[in-house]
Amino acid sequence: MNTTASKLPPLATLGPFIALLLACGFFALQSDRFLSAQNFALILQQVMVVGVIAIGQTLVILTAGIDLSCGMVMALGGIVMTKVASDYGLSAPVAIACGMAVTTLFGMVNGLLVTKVKLPPFIVTLGTLNIAFAATQLYSGAQTITDIPAGMTFLGNTFQLGGTAVVWGAVLMLALYLSMWFFLRETAPGRHIYAVGNNPEATRLTGIATDKVLLGVYMLAGVFYGIAALLSVARTGAGDPNAGQTENLDAISAVVLGGTSLFGGRGVILGTLVGALIVGVFRNGLTLMGVSSVYQILVTGILVILAVATDQISRKGVR
Amino acid sequence: MQRAPAFVLSAIALSGALACGMAQAAEPVIGLITKTETNPFFVKMKEGATAEAKKLGAKVVSAAGKTDGDNAGQVTAMENLMAAGAKTILITPSDAKAIVPAIKKAQAKGVMVIALDSPTDPADATDALFATDNYKAGELIGQYAKAALAGKKPVIAMLDLHPGHPVGAQRHNGFLKGFGLQANDAKSNELSRPAEVACMADSFGDRAKGQTAMENCLQKNPDINLVYTINEPAAAGAYNALKAAGKDKNAIIVSVDGGCAGIADVGKGVIAATSQQYPLRMAALGVAAGVEHAKTGKKVSGYTDTGVTLISAKPMPGVDSKDVKTGTDLCWGAK
Repeated sequence: MNTTASKLPPLATLGPFIALLLACGFFALQSDRFLSAQNFALILQQVMVVGVIAIGQTLVILTAGIDLSCGMVMALGGIVMTKVASDYGLSAPVAIACGMAVTTLFGMVNGLLVTKVKLPPFIVTLGTLNIAFAATQLYSGAQTITDIPAGMTFLGNTFQLGGTAVVWGAVLMLALYLSMWFFLRETAPGRHIYAVGNNPEATRLTGIATDKVLLGVYMLAGVFYGIAALLSVARTGAGDPNAGQTENLDAISAVVLGGTSLFGGRGVILGTLVGALIVGVFRNGLTLMGVSSVYQILVTGILVILAVATDQISRKGVR
Repeated sequence: MQRAPAFVLSAIALSGALACGMAQAAEPVIGLITKTETNPFFVKMKEGATAEAKKLGAKVVSAAGKTDGDNAGQVTAMENLMAAGAKTILITPSDAKAIVPAIKKAQAKGVMVIALDSPTDPADATDALFATDNYKAGELIGQYAKAALAGKKPVIAMLDLHPGHPVGAQRHNGFLKGFGLQANDAKSNELSRPAEVACMADSFGDRAKGQTAMENCLQKNPDINLVYTINEPAAAGAYNALKAAGKDKNAIIVSVDGGCAGIADVGKGVIAATSQQYPLRMAALGVAAGVEHAKTGKKVSGYTDTGVTLISAKPMPGVDSKDVKTGTDLCWGAK
């Protein structure tokens, strides 16, 4: 099978990289503290939670779906793992498994409603977004959980890499991106995800079980939200009932900024990482410059529209 | 004014049901509108109102916006509470200006409206305000920080709320004033920025965002030795960032709020000092005023300072503070 990505005009795939490089160049000129290994390690650690949520989101968007529940399911997973550990005194691995089971279950519910009941993903996940949020608040009593075992926060620890302190969670995020890149590019199930997003009916007629692919995608997305929950807990050292509120849309922004088409079937997962980094670079760079956080939101909004416009124009070009 | 028919129907049904309920009990109904249902500060405020109402033989009906800043949700809540028969409405305005027309409408129907925790703009749009003096809360931690630095040159990071919020500006400027630096007065919504402030960033009062803001501030200036935070979740995030950078011993963190979790952090040495406020007291005073209004028709007016206390594990000479045990007993007005 010919890769879809190779058919794209260069701008759609290169655009995000160019935007990231331009942003880095701009901030390097503005602040002499921007260009350093330590600062880049810092940006990586700041985007790791959104970055891992965005992997799940990319899979869903590749099937021409969308998952609005991603941030809230992540928050619920974080609350479940911390509360199970603090209330029942279970060991960290067991508690983490409980949290990830809950996020995967939410992915399964999303997937079943999309495939079996044939509901639009937008509506399904709008519903589960609210359910996950309410469950988070009710289960935690709206209280932050800080009494958690050290085994749950090891991904927030750092190691030295040539004088730079790098957090383990950032390494995990990069490893997840590389493995998903390989999975989507080189394996049959990975190619099936693109096929379902491109033309579900044609894909079904070739004998691929499209429903199974879709259900698998939503469940796998749930697994990634669970990993993101663990990263969030490790990063902040707490189970936070108010987490996930901005990550929800930040993750979708990262996917779109990374050049994945909202119409499904086209996109490169590494672009999503670049998209997440663009947002992180702006937040970091503007703080170094001493500029209000509102400008970061402004720039993100403009870039998202530019990214979708590029996709739309290139799509017309293909036809 | 256009309203969805469903809303009108439900309002009629609600008022009908409540009218039946009141015919039996005849308890005065006091409406409480918070910014959200989920923030622990407002959860506590609701507990305080309910407990006081129980004591005085009144009934609290509460409602909230969906998120912080959801003005439309608060307007809807106001309409519903009036339909529910509330003659007094206690409100924590999400948007100081945008809520004013709805308050005026309620007052025109004889409802007494009291702002809790934060004022409307203009402040006299409500009958009264029961709130913390946020400028003073800032001044107290500023004075503490000055004494704790003991003559060292301050390199300050300020983790603020978000742009344009009066409470954020008052705490920020109060802190600088207390430290003895150039600062705007309590009426200003502009954040002062003297040269000693090495970094200013918005934390949105959130743990994760506070941590990100502090990490970026340390990147900007690694010599930061004093951190002001808008509230204790942001302070906990800032501490994580300092600890990860191995600088938690070099810098002191001061904050405002005095929630039970925040006071525990003072005990652990995460936060050096915090200005404690009392949402339970705000709510209880509001309910008492509402009951009085229902019985005698008397209205309260003006601003009532609900008090602020500096809590620290390590007292500084010349700065009046209470210890962690007192703070824990009083956290958000528990007693």
